[in-house]
Order: sequence, then structure tokens, then C-alpha cells
Amino acid sequence: MIFLQLFYEFFKAGLFAIGGGLATLPFLYDISNSTGWFTHGQLADMIAISESTPGAIGINMATYVGYTTAGLPGAVVATLGLVAPSIIIIIIIARFLGAFSENKLVKGAFYGLRPASVGLIAAAGFSVFKLALLQVDLFKVTGAVADLFNWKAIVLAVLIYIAMKKFNPHPVLAIAASAVVGVVFRFGGV
Amino acid sequence: MNEYLDLFLTFARIGGLTFGGGYAMLPMLQREVVEKRGWATEGELMDYYAIGQCTPGIIAVNTATFIGHKNKGILGGIIATLGVVFPSLVIITIIAAFISNFAELAVVQNAFAGIRVCVCVLILNAVIKLWKKAVIDAPTMVIFVLVFLGSAVFSLSPILFVLVAGIAGIALDVTVQSRKKGGDNK
Repeated sequence: MIFLQLFYEFFKAGLFAIGGGLATLPFLYDISNSTGWFTHGQLADMIAISESTPGAIGINMATYVGYTTAGLPGAVVATLGLVAPSIIIIIIIARFLGAFSENKLVKGAFYGLRPASVGLIAAAGFSVFKLALLQVDLFKVTGAVADLFNWKAIVLAVLIYIAMKKFNPHPVLAIAASAVVGVVFRFGGV
Repeated sequence: MNEYLDLFLTFARIGGLTFGGGYAMLPMLQREVVEKRGWATEGELMDYYAIGQCTPGIIAVNTATFIGHKNKGILGGIIATLGVVFPSLVIITIIAAFISNFAELAVVQNAFAGIRVCVCVLILNAVIKLWKKAVIDAPTMVIFVLVFLGSAVFSLSPILFVLVAGIAGIALDVTVQSRKKGGDNK
């Protein structure tokens, strides 16, 4: 039962997520909200792990969510669910590749789909932003604007942004460095 | 049979050595698929990538299916996809098993609080990159803002946005193209 539901949820994500790995993010938030299989906090950890391990991010997240929800069989089922629509759709498209890219309707649809896809990814990024850089709960208690911002985290974010712009390091490096900073300066508050 | 095994192992290697998702996979595909094995030309690879980016699903999976299908038919497409997925399954399952035992540790919590900040910046950079390609005029800007607000503030289902944006895109594209009188085809 849980396996059928996992397959169905990830099949949906695979069918409707357009634009690569991070495009599955909004669907994972949707799954989190509607099923309660995992929290937004767990999801942020999954993103971090998926970004810092080899392989496609969407696949890593499906495996992680599947494993967290229903063990090893869950991991396999969620991953196959995510992949199944791609296999079906791409094999169909491969059969008439030439006509596909020149089709006016298809071009038009993508004209609208691309900004929508970016909007969805930006919204998913915004919820990670709220979790990592803001302290909404503390702000609600104290009401002081300075308490709304997690200053330690914001300083780190600015430093990472500058370092990425200047040196363009591998994301794994940036993630490893952030983990060290997090441990040294007790970002988790424990 | 041997060729199927070769497909599986090659795509497993590509999946296992790529950090950072679909975009980072392109150089690996160029080396393994185009230069070493000649399963596709550079141009074909770019076409697959372009279609993979704008069709549903994971870009890496879409590209693997294309290349596998081109060389060994439907079964080839499935085997190449299973290959690219296999390392993720193994590695993430091990990590998930490990982390679920140690997620309570202070060190792990602090490390992930730091990593979350980094993920923010990585997503921001990815969004900026995609934004430049997708938001190209006023109508696409409106779609971006509406979808962002609808998703971030009202938590509406992403499927709704994908369907509506696709239909809106077809309608808008027709008006934009006729106003430009076929100006540019890009």
C-alpha cells in the first residue's frame, strides 16, 4: 500500500517536473505537506545530501525519501516511479524527434513552461531560505526586527556567494566548507 | 547481451562520478558517450540535452534514455537509465541508513545547519542561471512572478502551474510571434 502510494507520488513528480533535478523540489514539498512522510527540515537535509553525493539530484532525493519512508524497497520503488515517465515520454519523443522540436505548439508551450519552472524552483529555494537564514519563530515571540534574521547564517551565505562568484569551486567543496563552519560556530545551536 | 552490459556499466560510471546533478553530467557524457564510444555525436548530445531540459523528468535520465534507445532500442533505453540511477540507489541508501542513526548527534545537526545555508546559495545561483534563459520578456516575467507567489505564499500544487503555464505559453507565444511578425525564431 505504502509502496503503491510512493510509486504514484514519485511518478507524478517525474511526469510534471520540468527542467531537471531541482524541479522535483516543489513536488517534494507538496508530498511533505500532503502525506507527512517527512518534515521540511528533513527535506532540507536531503537536499544537502543529494547535492553533495554523486548522481542526479532528483534521483538521490527520490531514493532518500523512499528509504526514509519505507526502507530499501521504498527507495527502489520511489526511484523507479520518478524514472518511469521519463523512459516512456523520451522513447515516444525519440521516435519522431525532428517534428517535435519544430512544432509550433510545443515551442509555445515551452515558452510558458520555462518561466513557470523557474518560479517553482525559486519558491522552493525561498522555503530553504526561510529555514536557514530567518528566525521566524523567534521574531514572532520577541517582535524585534533584528531577531528575524539569523545573522551568523547570513554572513556565511554572503561569503559563500562571493566565493562561488570569484573562484567557482565545485559545489561539494562549498558544502564541505559550510559543514565545517556549521560545526565550529555551532550553527545548529547545539 | 554484452552491449547491454556495456550500456549499463558506462551509465553507472557516469552516474557515480557526477556531483551536482544534470548540468554537471554534460562533460562526463561528452567524454564517455561521444569521444570514447561514439554512441552519439556532439550535436546529437546537445539535442538530447535541450529536449531533456524541457520535457518532464530528470535531465540525466532523459539523456540516458535517448542514448540507450538510439543504440539498442527500447530495452537499451531502459538499461541505460537503470545504469545512471544505480549508483544513487546504493550510495544514498547507505547514507540514509547511516544518517538516520546519527541525525541526533550535535555535530551532525550543526554541520547540516551550515550546509543548509550553502544549499540556499546553490539554489539561488541555479535559479539565476535558469532565470536568464527562461524569463526573456514581459509575459514570461508575469508567469514567473505569478508562479513564484502562488507557490511560495499560497502553496498551490505545482501540477496546476505546469498545466496552466503550458496552455498560457501556447496562447501567449502566438500573440508575441504575430506582434513580432516572425522576427526571431530563437
